[in-house]
Amino acid sequence: MSKIVEGLLYSESHEWVKVDGGVAIIGVSDFAQAEMGDITYVDLPSEDDEFAAGESFGALESVKASSELYCPVSGRVVAVNSDLEDAPEAINEDPYGAWIIKVEMSDNSELSKLMNAAAYEQAAK
Amino acid sequence: MEEQLKITCLHDLHVELGAKMSPFAGFDMPIQYSGIVDEHNAVRKDVGVFDVSHMGEIFVSGEDAEAFVNHIFTNDVRPLEAGSIIYGMMLYEDGGTVDDLLVYREFTDEPSYLLVVNASNIDKDYEWMKQQAAGYKVILDNQSDNFGQIAIQGPKAEDAVVDLLDLEDVRELTFYTFCDAEDEEGNRVIVSRTGYTGEDGFEIYAAPAIIRDMWQWLMDAGVKPCGLGCRDTLRFEAGLPLYGDELSAEISPVMAGLSMFCKLDKPEFIGKEALAAQKANGPAKKLVGIELADNAIPRAGYPVELEDGTQVGVVTTGYHSISLDKSICFALVDPQYAALGTSLWIHIRKRTFQGTVVKKRFYQTNYKK
Repeated sequence: MSKIVEGLLYSESHEWVKVDGGVAIIGVSDFAQAEMGDITYVDLPSEDDEFAAGESFGALESVKASSELYCPVSGRVVAVNSDLEDAPEAINEDPYGAWIIKVEMSDNSELSKLMNAAAYEQAAK
Repeated sequence: MEEQLKITCLHDLHVELGAKMSPFAGFDMPIQYSGIVDEHNAVRKDVGVFDVSHMGEIFVSGEDAEAFVNHIFTNDVRPLEAGSIIYGMMLYEDGGTVDDLLVYREFTDEPSYLLVVNASNIDKDYEWMKQQAAGYKVILDNQSDNFGQIAIQGPKAEDAVVDLLDLEDVRELTFYTFCDAEDEEGNRVIVSRTGYTGEDGFEIYAAPAIIRDMWQWLMDAGVKPCGLGCRDTLRFEAGLPLYGDELSAEISPVMAGLSMFCKLDKPEFIGKEALAAQKANGPAKKLVGIELADNAIPRAGYPVELEDGTQVGVVTTGYHSISLDKSICFALVDPQYAALGTSLWIHIRKRTFQGTVVKKRFYQTNYKK
């Protein structure tokens, strides 16, 4: 049974969002990391890159497969977790601690399209 | 209608162990148990066991067995002593590959053979062999459904097989030889010093019931179960081809760099003229190893390019190598770019990453000589 954290928002593609004022902190859910298996590489964007909601902002690579990362909200990247370059396995070990990017949101109303913990639990079943 | 997936004689035990199961070659197979990295490292440093019961076993006997196998097989079986094994391919007339396989020379006075073929190709191979058998006095017997097979691989494989499976004779086996044993019911058990990992190890062919017992003894002793996920990472690092990726109806052994297993000095075999022409004129593509400077991972199907973006090839298998901690791949490229040291670029998603052509045997193998 994968772990789902209360208070976060979730996308259908298994990213989580922690809202911190106008900034969305983005990572992937426990379900996503478990599906991937051992993550060996994270393809990260650069600061100041801009993404629309639903657009690919990078990828996770496991031994066997690669999986696109989709930006749950529109906005500009203000921080990238560069620790993941040397320690991609942090996503396996602590998926809700190992954030990937922080995005300054251009449209907070997009958050209403994401799922809360209870809805995500249903969706991820 | 979707074809029903087949299962091996160990299927319920994999499910019980919590394996991640997935279709492969028409079978529902375990991809991983504890994780690909953990299982891979067990085989490199200790010992692991694979269910490879999906592989095919086709027996060839009869007066013309030697001539027939030499007719359909690229390598030369004539010098084989009883109990020895040889690797090679079956080819189409045009040099494309029907399958790659192991040929076991049986302990019979008159030469007879066991051909071990890829699971995905069993039916195709058997039909192909029957078609080619016209005029030869041979008996072809596809026993694939009656044999289970496990592979015990790693530096501690010999101890595991001797201690846990009570097969003392295997210590005498050298790489690519085999011996026969019997189970309590008098069924045949074949043990060969072979594998697909680049490590020392054994493959055991036996009736499903005894394969289940052996698997259980190995589990009880704590030998790590290993899935097809690490079977692929292990064979890839050791420079071994996988049919479908590095060999196919379109990819000849000459293209794949496997000419040493094709004996062009034999009087004849199917595909010989085509291979000879490819060797003389140069093949259309060549398989190379490429090592990337970056950790981005080249996957099958990604384009291989020159610096200016011109595509000159395609990746066939790629990983971030577990044993070497580097991103490496096999790629089929235009032959003028196959020389060691050549710079090539791999297109991974939106970016390109520079790599260098290196030897295909990325990992130094540890076979029992």
